[in-house]
Amino acid sequence: MSKYLLIESRDSFEFADVGYFYDLAEGLAREGHGVTLFLVQNGVLPARPSARSERLARLSESGVAVLADEFSLQERGIPAASLAKGVRSAGIDRVVDLLADGSTRAVWH
Amino acid sequence: MSTVTILTMDAPYESANSTTALRIVDAAIRKGHNVNVFAYEGAVSYSVTTQKPHQNPVKGTSVEEERHPNTKDWVAALLSAAQAKGVKLDWVRCGLCEDERGAFEQVPGTRRGSPADFVKQIASSDNVLVIPTK
Repeated sequence: MSKYLLIESRDSFEFADVGYFYDLAEGLAREGHGVTLFLVQNGVLPARPSARSERLARLSESGVAVLADEFSLQERGIPAASLAKGVRSAGIDRVVDLLADGSTRAVWH
Repeated sequence: MSTVTILTMDAPYESANSTTALRIVDAAIRKGHNVNVFAYEGAVSYSVTTQKPHQNPVKGTSVEEERHPNTKDWVAALLSAAQAKGVKLDWVRCGLCEDERGAFEQVPGTRRGSPADFVKQIASSDNVLVIPTK
């Protein structure tokens, strides 16, 4: 089993290809890999309960750890206490921890 | 202690990628890791020393009141933070990219290099994160 860190910086309402990145996360998780999807910048916008949030919940149910950057949430006025189902807030430290373990493959989108 | 390499490409003040890249470098230093940065394409301008803060005529604020952050100060602060923490921050600027942009006045402590240096940084790292432009 490999570990993957997928960093999504784009808003799924603005960029249709975000869905493909979600697909990649889900596919890797279903194949038994450890997957963290870290939402950052406008990538956190679907973490606000909305029409696009259900996909994040499904990713979480498939085993993907879906995290939203605290700083990006704060900038956009999204309370960390009321995130969409399956999404947890996390600091940028989490990205550093995964990079520093040396065995996680990181991809930025 | 690990060594992490970050390649960043966006010019400063253009996208939130710059801020996030700098935040990751900052967090890695705070956690005691060595960090390599390869500033590619527009990112060579992060460390141009001729950047100046500005006032905001719309809000009517002065330079001092606006406290506009310049990336050159962030880069210098990260270099100082790494030194204080006893870790290495190797900040390499793509030389061809800065020639194209005339970005010659650079923060001391950063160094001019080439993509070949990025390969060396990768070889000496535990992990690599490439932050591309859109």
